[in-house]
Amino acid sequence: MKTLIASLVLSLFAAVAAAQQPPPAQGGFVPIDQLPAAEPFPAAPLVIAAYAFVWLAVAFYVWSVWRRLDRVERELKAVTARVERGARP
Amino acid sequence: MKKLFPAGVAICAVLFAYAPIAIGRAPYESTMGLVQKIFYFHVPSWFAMFLATFVCGIAGVVFLFTRRRAADAVAVAAAELAVLFGLLGLVTGPLWARKAWGVWWQWDARLVTALVLWLIFAAYLLLRKYGGPGSERLAAGVALFGMANVPFVYWSVHMWRTIHPLTSVVPTLPRPLAGPLWLSVAAFLLLFVLLLGMRSRLERLRQALDDAYLTLEEQS
Repeated sequence: MKTLIASLVLSLFAAVAAAQQPPPAQGGFVPIDQLPAAEPFPAAPLVIAAYAFVWLAVAFYVWSVWRRLDRVERELKAVTARVERGARP
Repeated sequence: MKKLFPAGVAICAVLFAYAPIAIGRAPYESTMGLVQKIFYFHVPSWFAMFLATFVCGIAGVVFLFTRRRAADAVAVAAAELAVLFGLLGLVTGPLWARKAWGVWWQWDARLVTALVLWLIFAAYLLLRKYGGPGSERLAAGVALFGMANVPFVYWSVHMWRTIHPLTSVVPTLPRPLAGPLWLSVAAFLLLFVLLLGMRSRLERLRQALDDAYLTLEEQS
């Protein structure tokens, strides 16, 4: 039992020691301009696209309702006039 | 109501004009940085979408029980707005996800249930457009079904394992992040109310036009 506990404690120490080892030594130098881009997908175009889409979609919808309202109002006026002419004796 | 509309438009314009300033001043979120700013329009879009589904569902029920055409006009208007605000959420979400998750789309419970909800209201509009006479009653049932889906969309992040943030994010937001969000929510909900008024008026005019054509046909 004592041997088992001692081996467990030793393994734990070994694991801690292994985890605390420094990172492996650098094998060669790389010029900074050869580094991969730190941000392959920059956030700014995505944020701009999201806000632009919201504004454009809402503006288009308002314009579409406005246009449909105008068309229906004109048609209603014309049909009502025809109904009134037809109702006249 | 007509007097309140211009005041509502003015307040909404002020809120939307100030929103970018408030969003710009808000601090960056620690892990996502700039892309998290999409949150301030993405979440209010879904709030407005959910409100639209409730308005559409309740107006549908009122129409089914009372046959009031005003309720039907409100239901059609709300369904169109549910599709509009849902589309805003479905487009802004993937733009945010591309940076935050590394993918545009994930077949994840929250995303799929939200897409299904949007498709239900798109189906509602198609049914109204091509369903012919009597489709308004069937559409009211579809609206009710759509409204019943909302709790599943909302709670999907708790019911299934997803990569979408949990619903606890919004109530626990620190004050500098919460301020711009609630400002945007107010702007979106007011925009929803204004658009609902405009679109309902269009639908009532269409109903009046249908009646006028029927009268004309009876005369001839």
